[in-house]
Amino acid sequence: MLQLISLLVENKPGALMRVTGVLSARGYNIESLTVARTLDPELSRMSIVVDIESSQRAQVIKQINKLVNVLQVTDLTEGSAVRRELVLLWIGTTQENRMAVLKEAEIFGAKAVDSAADGYALEATGDPEKLDAFIRTMQRYGEIEVTRSGLVSVPLEAKKVKLAPPVHKEHLEMDQEVLKTTE
Amino acid sequence: MSTKLMTGAQVVLECLLREKVECFFGYPGGVTLPLYDALYDHPIRHILVRHEQNACFAAQGYARATGKVGVCCATSGPGATNLVTALVDALMDSIPVVAITGQVSTKLIGSDAFQEADTFGITRSCTKHNFMVKKLAELPQIIHEAFHLAASGRPGPVLVDIPKDVFQAQGHYTPVSTIHLPGYRLNTEGHAGQIRRAAEMIWESERPIVYAGGGIVAAEAANDLRQFVELIDAPSVCTLMGLGSMPSTHPNFISMPGMHGSYAANMAMTETDLIIALGVRFDDRVTGRLAAFAPHARVIHVDIDPAEIGKNRAADIPIVGDVKKVLERLQEAVVDLAPTMKAKNATARTAWWAQVKAWKEEHPLEPEMSTDEIKPQHLVAEIDRLSGGEAIVASDVGQHQMWGAQFIRFNHPRLWLNSGGLGSMGFGLPAAIGAQFARPDKLVFALVGDGGFQMSIPELATIANHALPVKIIVMNNGYLGMVRQWQELFYNNRLSSVQLDGFPDPEKLAGAYGFRGRTVESPRELRSVLEAAVKEPGPYLLNVRVTPFENVYPMVPAGGAINEMVLGPVQPVAV
Ligand SMILES: Cc1ncc(C[n+]2csc(CCOP(=O)(O)OP(=O)(O)O)c2C)c(N)n1
Ligand SMILES: [Mg+2]
Repeated sequence: MLQLISLLVENKPGALMRVTGVLSARGYNIESLTVARTLDPELSRMSIVVDIESSQRAQVIKQINKLVNVLQVTDLTEGSAVRRELVLLWIGTTQENRMAVLKEAEIFGAKAVDSAADGYALEATGDPEKLDAFIRTMQRYGEIEVTRSGLVSVPLEAKKVKLAPPVHKEHLEMDQEVLKTTE
Repeated sequence: MSTKLMTGAQVVLECLLREKVECFFGYPGGVTLPLYDALYDHPIRHILVRHEQNACFAAQGYARATGKVGVCCATSGPGATNLVTALVDALMDSIPVVAITGQVSTKLIGSDAFQEADTFGITRSCTKHNFMVKKLAELPQIIHEAFHLAASGRPGPVLVDIPKDVFQAQGHYTPVSTIHLPGYRLNTEGHAGQIRRAAEMIWESERPIVYAGGGIVAAEAANDLRQFVELIDAPSVCTLMGLGSMPSTHPNFISMPGMHGSYAANMAMTETDLIIALGVRFDDRVTGRLAAFAPHARVIHVDIDPAEIGKNRAADIPIVGDVKKVLERLQEAVVDLAPTMKAKNATARTAWWAQVKAWKEEHPLEPEMSTDEIKPQHLVAEIDRLSGGEAIVASDVGQHQMWGAQFIRFNHPRLWLNSGGLGSMGFGLPAAIGAQFARPDKLVFALVGDGGFQMSIPELATIANHALPVKIIVMNNGYLGMVRQWQELFYNNRLSSVQLDGFPDPEKLAGAYGFRGRTVESPRELRSVLEAAVKEPGPYLLNVRVTPFENVYPMVPAGGAINEMVLGPVQPVAV
């Protein structure tokens, strides 16, 4: 079953690999994944859609939660959240169908972001099913090239991020004896 | 603030010094040359082993015997990749290790430079966490974070990959006094309400059992465990990783459960109505077929790692926390409730104990003996006798390990050192080396099979160099015994590639390294020869020829329920 997992991770080298590693080590296939900076440039928000059997879902979330670079992981599969995806689609047009293509795109809330004599670049956002329909519809008008962003989401209720407090390490404090031995 | 200008290599050693590292195990190479140069006149001791895998196993032996962080070091490329097995081993058994690896210079990374390997990528899934250092200024923070991560929470291996130019750079040791890892959330206290409910459930139970594991050792909670077991007067079992947490001779201890566990332990784990699981992970070697495991039991599961709770067996009362702290609270709660609840199930509890004792008597763990040949069980029984529950026994993996677990008794934790989760052959000898460095006062046995021993023979040189008084006991059955046993039982005795011909002459082998060794074949001589080996001031290599075709029993066939044990060579016993 497809799960939607939303993560807040430290923006550090390897952080993405650690998260995907938990999934790939268990043989799960990632359907889509997006990562981008948050308001705090040191953190990234990740949205992952992944196929996990339901019995393993809690375990996978816990394993991801254990990663040192992960500050929060939320299973949004059933939670209340807004889910959106963006599609950029290039469609080849003929002189005859150019207007029809634009009309049809409009019905899906898509707009042309670039135009050439032989086609348009269209942009649409929405939930993935609607975008599927949009893509299928456009296919009927001509050759298309599609790039999907993958699902991004925002939970409708903000969950407070629980962070670990700093740990004081007494034994690391400057210690004359330690320093003497290294002098 | 240390204002002295230092190289990165010196900063690394300064960090180790502040972490109170006395010695570490490693093997040098091109990119770690600056580190080894800094070591040349540094107070920290470096132990040169003969293979990087053994550097990490020795660091583990050190850590397992003491609870301190073990440290190992390897060069880039092949040095780092040689660590992999032992890192996974430490990860599986939650052993605190910090591994320092050299890397090619930052400007060469990604160019397929000589001895370049993607150590950071390769070891990601072999470690609790890993780091790649990019500049000297990051070194103190990262290395101290590595020690903090290795030792705290659920311990584990942490690797720090350091490029050669970072070792060579000039800079300062910037003191670090706080570690801030915001995503590293530890829940140590245990939920008070859950602890209260657990105490109630304990008194409600008619047939409780305490199932304790490596988490007790990691949390230094053996005393708390014993007190708790005595307080609730339940039978208790320890996993392979937990052996010694309950003194083996304790009347409430009924040995190890699982594939080669005792009859009493497996029957009690099957018939119990309450499993009090402490620092364990319901490993398949313990539970057998999960669906048939402890069918009547409710479960209280205490672990520092929330991911362990409910992973294999659902918990009725999950308690995330440091098992030592939780046991302290739980004892208070149990005592609080005793006046109102204790009497309720007293009769049932008495009957339960009678049943457990009956199981114990029905099929006690008793070593096989012969007057003509040395039975492997006889050998471990003699080691037990010499140890008196106090020696460190670092075991390798195979039949000898299971017999060791069954018959060698331990009065304390941190004596029985084992590759439990990964089952890595080649573990025993280097682990014994690490343990002996950590505990020079202790009698240390390396109990190894003729197979596993031959995986670690190069370390005889390390033992000889340092005149380490490790007593190497090879249980020589001429076979990869554990594999042979499975071939006999499950593959029609078609013995395929399990015979180990050509074992070297132990007297010559040890002699070649400058210490003594011999073979013993006669059961009459066994005791005196073992005693002589122990008396020898230095190392000793004792090759014990044992009967080749002995099998480890009881045995729960893979995929079987643990109460369906094969108890001996004759027939499966229907229970
Ligand atoms: C590195 C490694 N390779 C293979 C195995 C599989 N294995 C488990 S036990 C065993 C036999 C060990 O033989 P030996 O060391 O002679 O011990 P014995 O079982 O005879 O006591 C083997 C090959 C393993 N555990 N580890
Ligand atoms: Mg053998």
